[in-house]
Amino acid sequence: MTDLRESDPTAAPGVPVAADAADERLIRVVSPADYLRQLWGQIKGGELGMMPVVLGLIIIGTVFYLYEPTFLSSRSLVSMMLFAAPVGIISLGIVIVLLLGEIDLSVGSVSGFAAAVMAVLLVDQGRSLWLAMGAAILVGAVIGAFYAALFVWVGVPSFVFSLAGLLAFEGALLWVLSDGSINVPRDSGIAEFARNKFLTDGQAYLLVAVVTLAYLGSRLWAIRQRRAAGLTPPNLLGIILKTAALGLGLAWLTYYLGIARGWGYLPVLFAALVVLMDFLLRRTRWGRHLFAIGGNEEAARRSGIRVGLVYCSAFVLCSAFAALGGVLAAAQLTSVSQASGTGDTNLTAIAAAVIGGTSLFGGRGSAYAAMLGILVLQAIESGLNLMNVDSDVRFIVTGGVLLLAVAIDSVARRARSSSGRG
Amino acid sequence: MTVTDYETTVRGRAERVLSLTGINKRFGAVQALTDVALEVHAGEVVALVGDNGAGKSTLVKTIAGVYQPDSGIIEVGGQAVSISGPSAAQHLGIATVFQDLALCDNLDVVANLFLGKEHHLGPVMNEVSMEKEAWRLLRSLSAKIPSVRIPVASLSGGQRQTVAIARSLVGEPRVVMLDEPTAALGVAQTAEVLNLVERLREHGLGVILVSHNMADVQAVSDRIVVLRLGRNAAEFRTEEATTDQLVAAITGASDNVVAARAARRAAPGEGEQ
Repeated sequence: MTDLRESDPTAAPGVPVAADAADERLIRVVSPADYLRQLWGQIKGGELGMMPVVLGLIIIGTVFYLYEPTFLSSRSLVSMMLFAAPVGIISLGIVIVLLLGEIDLSVGSVSGFAAAVMAVLLVDQGRSLWLAMGAAILVGAVIGAFYAALFVWVGVPSFVFSLAGLLAFEGALLWVLSDGSINVPRDSGIAEFARNKFLTDGQAYLLVAVVTLAYLGSRLWAIRQRRAAGLTPPNLLGIILKTAALGLGLAWLTYYLGIARGWGYLPVLFAALVVLMDFLLRRTRWGRHLFAIGGNEEAARRSGIRVGLVYCSAFVLCSAFAALGGVLAAAQLTSVSQASGTGDTNLTAIAAAVIGGTSLFGGRGSAYAAMLGILVLQAIESGLNLMNVDSDVRFIVTGGVLLLAVAIDSVARRARSSSGRG
Repeated sequence: MTVTDYETTVRGRAERVLSLTGINKRFGAVQALTDVALEVHAGEVVALVGDNGAGKSTLVKTIAGVYQPDSGIIEVGGQAVSISGPSAAQHLGIATVFQDLALCDNLDVVANLFLGKEHHLGPVMNEVSMEKEAWRLLRSLSAKIPSVRIPVASLSGGQRQTVAIARSLVGEPRVVMLDEPTAALGVAQTAEVLNLVERLREHGLGVILVSHNMADVQAVSDRIVVLRLGRNAAEFRTEEATTDQLVAAITGASDNVVAARAARRAAPGEGEQ
């Protein structure tokens, strides 16, 4: 076996080469120009990631801003984030199920039903808020467990049982809400949380500092670990630039939102859930197994992964997120009616996940897809509202954007297979 | 590795890592395996050959724990065991690389190597230690993989086979079974995989190589076990076996095309011998 180092004329003699940089065929990424070239190669190869949705967000923002400058006003952004959060949380669950290559069409009905359960316990029966919320989320989790049992043991396709669930839980909502609708008191804790609670400036900047430092710390820790293991550490300059961009970006956003009411508790909760899910998906064994099953279920099964258990956790999480989203949406509107969670909640949540870049074919996506996707849809809705356009146009535009997102996914998929990226 | 090396490895230590005797397996009205015996020593490559329906796959799946034999004794490292399932086989140190490789195309090489066996600190995966171990494994196989952080989909057929074989080594097995590892590969890639098999032998592993390709079998194996109609038909030391002997043993007849041509070629040359 010849050592590849010896055949590499650029390597200084005696300097150990990191184990992952030894192959002479590797294209080294050292200068910023190398980095840009690598990025361009990835785009051409169909490795688009978040790029299309971020671009879309910028285009949408610019177009509406040119038409109506108040679209990007602090007040408008604050309310957009507030209204995006509940469906965004539902969409987060959809991302998990989509990663497995499955679908859940019933999240809207489940969210409405769970909200009704919460409202009945809280208002009609006068139970405590925590009990009511816990029961609602538990209802979601039980529904998810039931779905998982149907999927794993009976073998019903997810499309079919979730379609059945869509109808059945809409019926359950009507049955629970026999009186028509229930108003959630505006002064109840949950309504306050979803509508009127905002971080103070001090809290917000503190949070920004903590997030930035946590990011920096984790990257520096990675450098240390990789260096100790004899692997190429991440580029320090790149890390410093990214940290600065993150910190300054968040600080500026905090300042800008602070002109109006600032960061609502609800968007912060949503963002925290997104970061948590991203961590679970990318850094834990559970997340790795989720991606593996989405990529090749048989391979995952043969390598000893308990596939049924992973499916079960995904459906339970999806329905629990749907329940949580439904409860928060009800709190935001201060009422649960027979229309809660029906109509476009379902498709908005699914469309957001797909627009954000989660593949319908399984195995590709990220928790941030839910956040970016719902921001796109919310921006379209708010923008068209500002332009006094009726909901018919809004549906058509949303449909167009969804189609565009799926088309981009399909084209990228083809580019990946022709450039050998799977 | 020369023949004398092989003699010292096998005869010197003679550690029998896997031995099957009197294996019977029946599917309904079909007796798939009848009284089959197989022995694998440490540092030895045993080729398992046979025609379609000879029982190779059944035997491989029996060893891998996919099927349970109706009767017979399986010994691993000298101790009689029963292999109740694929995970039991893995625990006993029997690793199998199936023909379809079972890789996840959307995951990178490291993720595929350690799938189901991720290194972790509490709930969090230890990527650094996995990547380091991945490089160590690939180096020990002299594998030609440029980067372990690229998705498996972008690798060539030979490289994918390499990843699959390297993955079988993650659990520190004693026996590695390769099911048709060169079936879909080109010339250079086949040579690459055969090199890997050589490397596995150098590491002191017992290797069972299932193949239809006589050239590959003769290039890399130490012993050839021929199955025909679910029975042990013949067993050869590779350096002593000729292709027509093998073909005769596989087909059960000496009057086939290959044997006839060999006979024609041998006939004028008889005087020279």
